[in-house]
Amino acid sequence: MHFGPHLLLAALEGLVTSAVLALMALGLSLVFGVMRVVNVAHGEFFMLGAVLAWAISTAISGHPALGFLAALVLAPLIVGAVALFAERLVLRRLNYNPEATIVATIGMLYIIQQLALTFYGPEARPVEPPFSYRILLPWFGYSGYKLSVIAASALLLAATWFVLTRTKIGLIMRATQYDSETAQAFGIPVDRVYAGVFALGAMLAAVAAVLIVPISQAHYLMGQDPLLLSFIVVIIGGLGSLRGTLVAAVLIGLSDGIISVFFSPTLAKIIATLLVAMVLVFRPQGLFGTASR
Amino acid sequence: MHKSKTFDLSKTGLTRRTALKGLAAGAGLAVAPGFVRYSQAQSSAPIKIGFQSHRTGIGAAYGRWYEKTTAAAIKAINDAGGINGRPVEVIIEDDGTDPGRGAEVVGKFATQHKTDIVFGTLFSHVVIGSAPAAGEAKMPYFVVSEGHHVASTKLNRYVFQPGITDVKSQIQAMAPWIAANAGKKVTQIFPDFAFGYDHRDYLPPALKAQGAEVIAQIAIPPTESSFTKYFPQIPAETEVIYHVMVGPAVLTFVKELGEFYGSNRPQLFGFIDSLEATDINSPGLEFLDGSHFWEGSPRYAQPDDSAAQKAYRAAVGIDDNGAAVGDPKDVSTAAHMFGCWETLYVVKKAMEDAGYKGPEDRAKLVEATEALTEFAEGHEHPQGPKTFNGKIHQCFGIQNISKVEGGKLKVVHKTKIEDGLYEPEGDYTTQAL
Repeated sequence: MHFGPHLLLAALEGLVTSAVLALMALGLSLVFGVMRVVNVAHGEFFMLGAVLAWAISTAISGHPALGFLAALVLAPLIVGAVALFAERLVLRRLNYNPEATIVATIGMLYIIQQLALTFYGPEARPVEPPFSYRILLPWFGYSGYKLSVIAASALLLAATWFVLTRTKIGLIMRATQYDSETAQAFGIPVDRVYAGVFALGAMLAAVAAVLIVPISQAHYLMGQDPLLLSFIVVIIGGLGSLRGTLVAAVLIGLSDGIISVFFSPTLAKIIATLLVAMVLVFRPQGLFGTASR
Repeated sequence: MHKSKTFDLSKTGLTRRTALKGLAAGAGLAVAPGFVRYSQAQSSAPIKIGFQSHRTGIGAAYGRWYEKTTAAAIKAINDAGGINGRPVEVIIEDDGTDPGRGAEVVGKFATQHKTDIVFGTLFSHVVIGSAPAAGEAKMPYFVVSEGHHVASTKLNRYVFQPGITDVKSQIQAMAPWIAANAGKKVTQIFPDFAFGYDHRDYLPPALKAQGAEVIAQIAIPPTESSFTKYFPQIPAETEVIYHVMVGPAVLTFVKELGEFYGSNRPQLFGFIDSLEATDINSPGLEFLDGSHFWEGSPRYAQPDDSAAQKAYRAAVGIDDNGAAVGDPKDVSTAAHMFGCWETLYVVKKAMEDAGYKGPEDRAKLVEATEALTEFAEGHEHPQGPKTFNGKIHQCFGIQNISKVEGGKLKVVHKTKIEDGLYEPEGDYTTQAL
């Protein structure tokens, strides 16, 4: 294959990775930014979203698009409810202590994963894409659905951006992130903001999973790789910085796509990890992060 | 001097009363209902088979069907009187398709469950990881793995593969057909671990002998979830893509291959591993029509199926499409799981030849298995006849090449046993027991 089309394919693959990664990492970054909680169970909310998408889409007969749309709406809501429950039951009782919540979310990771294994099983199950249009380029064919994932993710990211920067809810969240004590003094129900943010973070992961599951199938171990990549993205972008998360997601996604295509996927992971090390050494707050006050 | 050799009955605590009690209990058991079947046996305790199953992890689909096949074979064996007149009991432990865990499971079978043998492993990295533990515990270890590692004689004397042909032999038997019917310039796609390396190492020489060549080799990690990025590495002049993938994402692999090429594709020759436990009529797989697959045992019922094959399919519970009876979506791993059935009958034969009584006879069992040479086609070997080489602990059988036609796999070529024979690379029987 010639260099031009080769690069195009690499860029497309990279953009699909970026799109999903950006949604998922945004959730992780939001939870850390506002609550200062490192949510190790984030990958399992992603997996739960995919598994629920399978359950919902198989329960609804008729055109595959119906089941998929239902999954796109319902799966994140259910995952959000699960996250809310976990937050009330566990994180709040630990007073959001940073060390304790890491251990607690590791526990949540295993509980969710093993419950999925028990009730869903160890098989990888496919979800039918809402449409299966194959775009025929002169050099290779490409899945139309994959392109729509990029578009859908961009829309969702824009919506999240709008909520955070242009609405009152967003203002409250940012105030809590900036200084939770002062926010509380001004009458912001910090406790409820925390609960909402944790649920929202999990829902972003679930949406990402519903978008990706027609491409890659639901499996109980599928949360591990995306979790690692999300952490890489969040660390490079700067913990708590939304702009940094987005830029880093596109950077990591594209470099992953391009390096994987031209060299090897293993090398892509090696370089991403190396980048994290470099960032931690030379710019610990991340590319767009602000030094902690 | 002679004192140490004398045996004083009075000191063993065996009184006349306990002896009588024991006799009465034994007589009571013998007349109990259901006991008659095993009454000839000296001991009626069950023979315990430790089943190292891939219940979770990347091999889960295989594990589930290996369990079903094993349960069916054990039921058939027990219904016919068990082994040496003793019932057979299977104890299952999950290895998570993980080599480290696999070795622990073998240890657990040896020390905790005290099973007579260990059986049933598929994934080659788990076999390679577990084999040293089996050798150390002097535990006969019967795998159904397909990899060449047993026959390479790099494992140890306690490891056997008597139920399924190894990859090196499969490739050698099929290479002439690939070169003659599919094409001469072959690109290989294989999983990046032991099983894939067998394909990487043995296909090029086998094809070369037929005047064909491997022009590119693409290794993909078995845990990979997205594959399009690998396809640009396939050279444009490729005439045949030889693909073999494993893991939970095999459907994605084949689907993305279809998206990439559409109907304008090179010839495809795949190991059914790339679609094992997956419906070949899944949306997006239409492009497979006309492509070819290796199958150990055919997934779809064939018009010329033997009576033994039909009985085997009924016993395991798969329909004419190779899916679970009553659930057409639950597609089996038919191309591999027959090996569990056949291996258990080899174990039965070897235990009977050895007069096997318990773990103290494990060495005898190893020697009796090594003495086997041939398995005739029939109820015990429904996939077909096989020969067995006791020096390399490996059996050799026929292979099927099937074509996708009208949404089914139709066998178009069967290899002969001789096609797959090669010079042994070593001799396990020279190792100490």
